[in-house]
Amino acid sequence: MKEFETVIGLEVHLQLSTKTKIFCGCKNDFGYDPNTLTCPVCLGLPGSLPVFNKKVLTYGIKAGLALNCTISSTIKFDRKNYYYPDLPKAYQISQFDMPIAKDGYIMITKEDGNDKKIRIHRAHLEEDAGKLTHDTESSSSLVDYNRTGTPLLEIVTEPDMSSPQEAYDYLQALKLNLQYLDVSDCDMEKGSLRCDANISIREKGETKLGTKAELKNMNSFKAIKTALEYEVKRQQEVVESGSAVIQETRLWDENKNVTISMRSKEEAHDYRYFPEPDLVPFTVSKDTIDDIKKTLPELPAQKLERLSKEYDLSDYNAKIIVSDKSLALFFEECAKLYKDTKKICNWINGSILSELNNRKETISNLNLSSKNLVDLIKKVDGGILSNLIAKDVLGIMLDTGKNATSVVEEKGLAQVSDDSELEKIVDELIKENENVANQIKEGKESAIGFLVGQAMKKTKGKANPKKIGEIIKRTLS
Amino acid sequence: MISKENVKQVASLSRIHLKDEEIEFLAKDLEKILDYIKKLEKLDISSVEPTSHALPTKDVFREDVVKPSLSQKDALKITQNKEKGSFKVPKIIE
Repeated sequence: MKEFETVIGLEVHLQLSTKTKIFCGCKNDFGYDPNTLTCPVCLGLPGSLPVFNKKVLTYGIKAGLALNCTISSTIKFDRKNYYYPDLPKAYQISQFDMPIAKDGYIMITKEDGNDKKIRIHRAHLEEDAGKLTHDTESSSSLVDYNRTGTPLLEIVTEPDMSSPQEAYDYLQALKLNLQYLDVSDCDMEKGSLRCDANISIREKGETKLGTKAELKNMNSFKAIKTALEYEVKRQQEVVESGSAVIQETRLWDENKNVTISMRSKEEAHDYRYFPEPDLVPFTVSKDTIDDIKKTLPELPAQKLERLSKEYDLSDYNAKIIVSDKSLALFFEECAKLYKDTKKICNWINGSILSELNNRKETISNLNLSSKNLVDLIKKVDGGILSNLIAKDVLGIMLDTGKNATSVVEEKGLAQVSDDSELEKIVDELIKENENVANQIKEGKESAIGFLVGQAMKKTKGKANPKKIGEIIKRTLS
Repeated sequence: MISKENVKQVASLSRIHLKDEEIEFLAKDLEKILDYIKKLEKLDISSVEPTSHALPTKDVFREDVVKPSLSQKDALKITQNKEKGSFKVPKIIE
């Protein structure tokens, strides 16, 4: 059997979160009634002229710098001509031969733990098109032009990824960097991040690229990975059956888990690019780039390195903390109030992340201040709460927004550490478990754990396990 | 040589309907234009910057400030084909 390798390149369309659209003052926002965020520029009415939003340039440069790209000193816009009802002017203002950024890269960590560089071929600015909805019943489609003119940054990689997993890792890394920059909310569900994939296979050792298929219509990173996995298999089967892969666009069908060929166009696309005469060229000075460089936040890779060193975090802990900008911020707030950062990590990576998952929330929307978490941890340190009960207390704190002290008082959850009360419990247990008690007396220390467990059960987790253990030993020795 | 087929393809890309006699005429016309371009191609322009814009202006920006948009009613005034606040077009299936 032949051995194949996979070659993947990705195109990401990123909506930039400026207040207004790229070429007019209409609000750049999502979720409005159809056709309520348009103007003559959006609708391509005669006599209207586009004017470039300065903030879009800044955001584009920011993203380009974070992706280690070279920023062009002169940029211009071009018209990409095609006919489609979501494009009222019958051309999209885009960038053809002078993109804002090129020749960058980002690093991903592969499954084997090694780093790999994924090169960015180019990133260019363009305007988004409108949104079409197709009613299955009627014989027409409906167009909403609110999205026209939404600023987009299209980020194109080199064909550097050699597995669906690497493509997935690249997207995660890209998204994380962009979220740190605060230039986009990167929400695939809202369409603010969209991704098409080019994929081909070739026999191992072959240097020429195989014929690629372009995959569209994937609505999540997971869908992209699954679609690519399907496509690898499909292309291998085509080649092994003696046929050739044809260059085409294929749509991912999430219900059937297959890619489906779009009817191939009879005529090849000819976008007839030419310079956009309505927009003058723009210069980007070295000073401008330097100024923007100064505003760049600490990016994930830098933060990972700093947090690991400064707080002596394990690689595992640091990676989870850095995987979300607001989580990293929360961690550092806690670390300022409390020295034992390992304990903070255990709480964040354990209970808090699982609460976030259950509640489908982000840490910034969660009812929890850094001070409240630290107070809770201190209650465990001080023996007021057992670890187990503390987790319940956290849940109640998140439900009510109250701090640990009031929750413990109101619910009577404080740990029982009072000797006389605990001794009573131990006495009862010894009576109920004579056999075990005798074993302990005879020196079988491991049986102590069983009685401690019984004590916790009896007190619904409120007994101080350490003290219970001590009392059992004392009583039975 | 510009063939009738060439003209038909360009017309279809541009969504223009042409009559037969127009196709014939345009094939000749385009031929003349291309001949002229060939003449231009002979010029040495290696020292000339490409002119993408006729005016010597640069860097005309807008600040990121929201301006009022058209109402849905006004936006839809430019069409007779509307439904549910949207522009209605012949069904598009990819």
